[in-house]
Amino acid sequence: MIHNLRADTVTIRGHGDDEIEAYLAVPTDVASHGSIVVIHHLPGYDETTKEITRRFAAHGYAALMPNLYHREAPGADSDDAAALVRNSGGVPDERLVGDVAGAMTYLKALPASNGKVASIGYCSGGRQSFLSGCRLPLDGVIDCYGAFVVGTAPETFPIRVTPVVDEVAGISGEILGLFGAEDKFPSPEQNDELAEALRAAQKTFTFRTYENAGHAFFASNRPSYRVEAANEGWQEIFEFLKRTVG
Amino acid sequence: MSMCTYQTQTLQVNASAKTAQGWAPMTDASVYFDHPVHFMADHALIIDVLNTDERSRARVGLEMDATSARALAEAILRALESVPPALRDESFAH
Repeated sequence: MIHNLRADTVTIRGHGDDEIEAYLAVPTDVASHGSIVVIHHLPGYDETTKEITRRFAAHGYAALMPNLYHREAPGADSDDAAALVRNSGGVPDERLVGDVAGAMTYLKALPASNGKVASIGYCSGGRQSFLSGCRLPLDGVIDCYGAFVVGTAPETFPIRVTPVVDEVAGISGEILGLFGAEDKFPSPEQNDELAEALRAAQKTFTFRTYENAGHAFFASNRPSYRVEAANEGWQEIFEFLKRTVG
Repeated sequence: MSMCTYQTQTLQVNASAKTAQGWAPMTDASVYFDHPVHFMADHALIIDVLNTDERSRARVGLEMDATSARALAEAILRALESVPPALRDESFAH
């Protein structure tokens, strides 16, 4: 069933109690719903990630995407904000986790919330979703091709990315990883290494690696889009949400 | 091959650029090879020229294929090398 929905720009309290912009989509024809925090990719709080946020609401989940670049460039076009943040070295992990925590609090306080919250992120947001799952009590964590969950970024990379695999013990919910077989960051070998770490920590996880797909295969407005991988991936996502947040 | 590089060269610049809001002084630049926003390829050479001052933030972006980027870089160097040093000195802003 495709639900009716409402989508708005809202203000939430993020890391350090800062007020930041966020995009909220909620189903309007359900008595109760699970929720998901949507973590945008490195190119920012953009139109296509807002479409993704609405898609969750159409499937019966409240979805909230914090603008992780709001502090650096309030009101700027998403690509301009992303360029400024990239030039300044990216979003610090501690701030990201604080913003996701703020989004969780906002979602749990919605009138029809069932109290359960998952996270999903794409590209750099995939790593950030995983990191959030290590540090916050998320009921489900979805990592879409996040680089540097394992594997160390070269020292010349000025974006602040460090591996988070050492923090897997902190994960409390189930994990879903969706990857492209042709991706190099993360590579299939790195995903195997992550799977091994999750097995060793006795975490519940599902990894899917799609053939003929590389990085950003969900990005429907880019040449990297792969319709078969994206369709199968969306199906995995909705099955995962049903069993983790209801 | 598909990947997300995160690789970024950053530098300070003394420049002006015409942005969506008109001409503006620019302070910084980023150069990287990663996923473009508009150019229809998986990867591109991207140049952002920025004003990072929070009171006057601005940005101009360029996305191009590797051949174009190399040709542009070489053309810039040829243009600089083809003029007398005294003229280059006159490019420093007052």
